[in-house]
Amino acid sequence: MEWPGLYNYWIVIILMMTGFYTAISRNNLIKKIIGLNIFATSVLFLYITMGKVRGGTAPIVVEGGAIYSNPLPHVLMLTAIVVGVATTALALALVVRINEAYGTIEEDEIIVQDQES
Amino acid sequence: MSEHLPILQIVVPMVSSLICILLRRRLLSWAFAFTVSAITLVMSATLLARVYAGGTIIYELGGWSPPWGIEYRIDILNAFVLLLVSIISTVVLLYAPSSVADEIPASRHHYFYSAYLLCLTGLLGVTITGDAFNLFVFLEISALSSYILISQGKDRRALMASYQYLVMGTLGATFIVIGIGLLYAVTGTLNMADISARLDEVGSNRTVLVAFAFLTVGMSLKLAMFPLYLWLPNAYCYAPSIVTAFLASTATKVSIYVFLRFVFTIFGRDFAFDTMHLDAILMPLALIGIFVGSLVAIFQTNIKRMLAYSSVAQIGYMMLGISFLSVTGLTGGIVHLFNHGVMKGALFLAVGCVVLRTGSANLDDFRGLGKRMPITMAAFVLAGVSLIGVPLTVGFVSKWYLVLAALEQGYWPVAVLILLASLLAVAYIWRIVEVAYFQEAPEDAPEVKEAPFLMQVGMWTLIVGTYYFGISTSMTVSVARKAAEMLMGASS
Amino acid sequence: MNSNIVLRAVAKLFIPFIMLFALYVQFHGDYGPGGGFQAGVIFAAGFILHALIYGLEETQKVAKPSTVEIFVALGVLIYAGTGVVSLLKGGTFLDYGVLEHDPVHGQHLGILLVELGVGITVASVMMTIFYGFAGRGRS
Repeated sequence: MEWPGLYNYWIVIILMMTGFYTAISRNNLIKKIIGLNIFATSVLFLYITMGKVRGGTAPIVVEGGAIYSNPLPHVLMLTAIVVGVATTALALALVVRINEAYGTIEEDEIIVQDQES
Repeated sequence: MSEHLPILQIVVPMVSSLICILLRRRLLSWAFAFTVSAITLVMSATLLARVYAGGTIIYELGGWSPPWGIEYRIDILNAFVLLLVSIISTVVLLYAPSSVADEIPASRHHYFYSAYLLCLTGLLGVTITGDAFNLFVFLEISALSSYILISQGKDRRALMASYQYLVMGTLGATFIVIGIGLLYAVTGTLNMADISARLDEVGSNRTVLVAFAFLTVGMSLKLAMFPLYLWLPNAYCYAPSIVTAFLASTATKVSIYVFLRFVFTIFGRDFAFDTMHLDAILMPLALIGIFVGSLVAIFQTNIKRMLAYSSVAQIGYMMLGISFLSVTGLTGGIVHLFNHGVMKGALFLAVGCVVLRTGSANLDDFRGLGKRMPITMAAFVLAGVSLIGVPLTVGFVSKWYLVLAALEQGYWPVAVLILLASLLAVAYIWRIVEVAYFQEAPEDAPEVKEAPFLMQVGMWTLIVGTYYFGISTSMTVSVARKAAEMLMGASS
Repeated sequence: MNSNIVLRAVAKLFIPFIMLFALYVQFHGDYGPGGGFQAGVIFAAGFILHALIYGLEETQKVAKPSTVEIFVALGVLIYAGTGVVSLLKGGTFLDYGVLEHDPVHGQHLGILLVELGVGITVASVMMTIFYGFAGRGRS
């Protein structure tokens, strides 16, 4: 039975679904952002897991040549982390402005305020 | 320098976006942005001419040959979309100064143009690249800058619209990156042509199926296909006028290009349609999208929101053309991509003129506008007629090819449905015509003049384009047909 | 005032070392974990610590918002400039091999310059974001 050895991928799936559910079902705007972050973190985990070579060490050149893991997913995920940081910063800036404009950060209260005006 | 044209197409707007932050003066930043956009247009037109005559252009970045390095690969489909994005961007920037001065505080104009140029860079980069992860990075650049641009609207609901678009857009882009990651796991490369070649050797594998599913859902979110379009009406309605005109004509079209690239070039027509039966999902969803979009548009009281729902319907037309899986169908879909960009751009620019002079885009405030702003309303009616699909306009050309493709495949009901949906378009355009021309303005309506000169020039350029490309269809149809043949022929 | 003294003294001790560590991470990106983005964030963290302990006005006297904005643009212009210099010297965009007399040294110089550009931009952007958030709601 191979699947216990694939526990990395199980963690990816659990994080992915947790993040996705939080992002779509919570009303609080900050919780949605947290959900998006968890979702993006699962993607990081997926790529890094794919890059591991059996018996390989971290992809940094050391004395005494050894087998190295694939460095490309690490580099791709650095880019993905930066994209995630930029998205989070932008989302938080929007939430600050929404709070100043509406006085609340609960989505259902905002919808009620919009329907009244 | 001219062999470096592919990379200059990206570097020029990107560097200019940053220089625009440093230019603090309002008109200087506008003039700079407009000049850069015009240079981009010249480059896109040159690239299209070269590709049409000579075939695919390949440019390797960093001197590393693919698959180790990133390459920019321009074929006829790419070049067509590049041209559309550049034309719309330049015309909208020509129109921009008075509209931006009215809707955005003066201290932020240089930031606004900088974000606009960054969005342009992102859209051009998505279109031009031949590397899958590079596509994701540029997609996120264009998405983040469009969230910034949309949140600049005067109404406070623009903030919420931008936030909802952010959440849905990030989910879509993350789905796309999961799909790319699974493809990388199966093939070991990120170069699009190389993935396509290696997928043939791999054959059908559960990872490839899951990657296809993730990519399709992610791209459908970005291009606002039927169930996943909910971010679009609010985002287009509350954004500033020129942002709506720019994004409505380019952002979803670029996402449709990404869809075509992944489904036809990377996965291959046989896998997508024979193994995965994509057409069985695509055609019903496209038809439902056309009808839902058109029907909901009829009942809207805000004109921008009505045009946004109309955009959802038109995207349904494009996906319908793709789902026919024939050269005629793909030609119809691709030519409608261009035509809709020109039509919708013209309509949103006309609404922008009205918003500048009357301050509102509500149907009630359009009463009697036919007499008060005759030139603008004439432009609106001319472009609206094109949405319906009257002969001599670009709308007719697209619908002609779509109906022809439906009849070729023997789908009589679908052809009837396409014509029915045009009647619905008559309904929602006629509402505005009736209110503007056949109702009297209320007594307390403000005195309005026509819109300023540059806005008129920008708007009428696109209206003339609507009729020019409807009468002399040789350029758009031949390019679209060549692209369709290339996509259908690149089977694997 | 008494409770602040420990914080202020420790911050004064730490901030130079934070910046030095940021520079270390920046230039050792070739040989170990590190590089532009990480270094930029650590560098900005030093300034943010200063702002948290000493107050936003003090930090803005040291790093004026308008100056930081110029650095945002400067970093990416360094990056794009390296690419354009490669174009002018005969290679394709970002072809580091043509930057110097032989390809290996060219790669070293190219990576150094682009990471420097990335580090400058990221540090400036992080500080600008902090100024944007921290400066709200004070008037």
